[in-house]
Amino acid sequence: MTATDVTNVAIIDYGAGNVTSVAKALRHLGAEPRVATAPGALAGADGIIVPGVGHFARTTAIDTAMRRVLQHAIDAGTPVLGICLGLHWLYEGSTEAPDAAGLGTFQGRCSALCGSPGIKVPHVGWNAIDITANGSRLLNDLGHQPYAYFCHSYAAPRGDWTVGIASHGDVFSAVVERDVVFGVQFHPEKSGAVGLQVLGNFLRICDEAR
Amino acid sequence: MLARRLIACLDVSHGQVVKGVNFGDLKDAGDPVALARRYNEEGIDELVVLDISATLEGRSAFIDTIAAIARELFIPLTAGGGIRSLADARAVIDAGADKVSVNTAALLDPPIISAIAETYGSQATVVAIDAQMAPEGYEVVSRAGTSPAGRAPLEWAAAAATLGAGEILLTSIDRDGTRQGFDCRLTSEVSAGVPIPVIASGGAGTYEHFADVFTHGQADAALAASVFHFQHHSVPSLKRWLSTRNIPMRLTGERC
Repeated sequence: MTATDVTNVAIIDYGAGNVTSVAKALRHLGAEPRVATAPGALAGADGIIVPGVGHFARTTAIDTAMRRVLQHAIDAGTPVLGICLGLHWLYEGSTEAPDAAGLGTFQGRCSALCGSPGIKVPHVGWNAIDITANGSRLLNDLGHQPYAYFCHSYAAPRGDWTVGIASHGDVFSAVVERDVVFGVQFHPEKSGAVGLQVLGNFLRICDEAR
Repeated sequence: MLARRLIACLDVSHGQVVKGVNFGDLKDAGDPVALARRYNEEGIDELVVLDISATLEGRSAFIDTIAAIARELFIPLTAGGGIRSLADARAVIDAGADKVSVNTAALLDPPIISAIAETYGSQATVVAIDAQMAPEGYEVVSRAGTSPAGRAPLEWAAAAATLGAGEILLTSIDRDGTRQGFDCRLTSEVSAGVPIPVIASGGAGTYEHFADVFTHGQADAALAASVFHFQHHSVPSLKRWLSTRNIPMRLTGERC
């Protein structure tokens, strides 16, 4: 709990990109982001973001202490949002780096998108999201089939917690939501008005959880 | 469904957009941030900013320009022009660019592609290829189109992809600035032959040109500068027109 009205969001920096652009977007929305390189920096955060771009092996930089503190925060009801590689890490793992363990909030493992004629991998660009569940808090007020910016070669399977899907050759989870843990395959910090709406929804969820 | 992308290119020199800008109602038509803001409001899918100043002072102003655009715009931003080293790439990425585009440096020193891809990921690594028709077929040219590189565009694009490039920005020197249409033959030759997205550039003039490059050219994205700057085409009406031709577009207008 913070003393101010400003939503205090910790962004875990494990050396895998997009921390700066996520922080910029949050600041634009009036939140107060801080970059967390050590577990202690998660203390007192209203919400936590696990960002990420790149190879799943990079998530091994999230050490045991950081995992423990993050899991503790989730258990205590602090909202967490995984973005792209950060979403993959919230699953049990990824075939991209089979020896690296994810947090396991979501069941299953991420796997490579299959390229084919007309389907290029990496999947880069604006893709429609099909919202598959009613009442998603993260997707509140997004309307029908919003477009978001994707950039990835691996993707998360559909499961019980999937609330939005996208297809690029394969159908995969674009948005997952389990209690206070959320994940998006796309980059809300690069998805224009739609992305800012998603991040704004996450900030509201954080405020409600304070 | 993955939408095809429309990308606006801003050629920037010493903090000002050059190559003719004619937005009547912009306070400062040469201001890259104002122009970027305008494009974002109109629903452009991506922005490319190129440093064409080629001086140290110009480079420093360019870094400031990237930072200013990235501070308020939340769509993908590629920076290029004069990127010669990993340190140059780091400077534009640190300023807020999402992707860095390399051209001549990659031809002279192909491992720079791998160095950027290993540091920032393939998704951040764009290899720009300038090509022109020669008697024996298409050839790659370097140094802003002045020096034949002795390679074929498809062969170089495929090699770049193997080295870690995540996208190819393919410019037809023959068509650049002509408004005679994209070189669909060049574009399809490269796009069909590499596993990564290809951005077509050079020659945009009419709505049909964009439709042609997405269909016959098999382009994943189309880039233009002056036709957007001069408002020959408004981005929303071009996108609506293309979507009536069954080319998937991210329509903005209403927010989703």
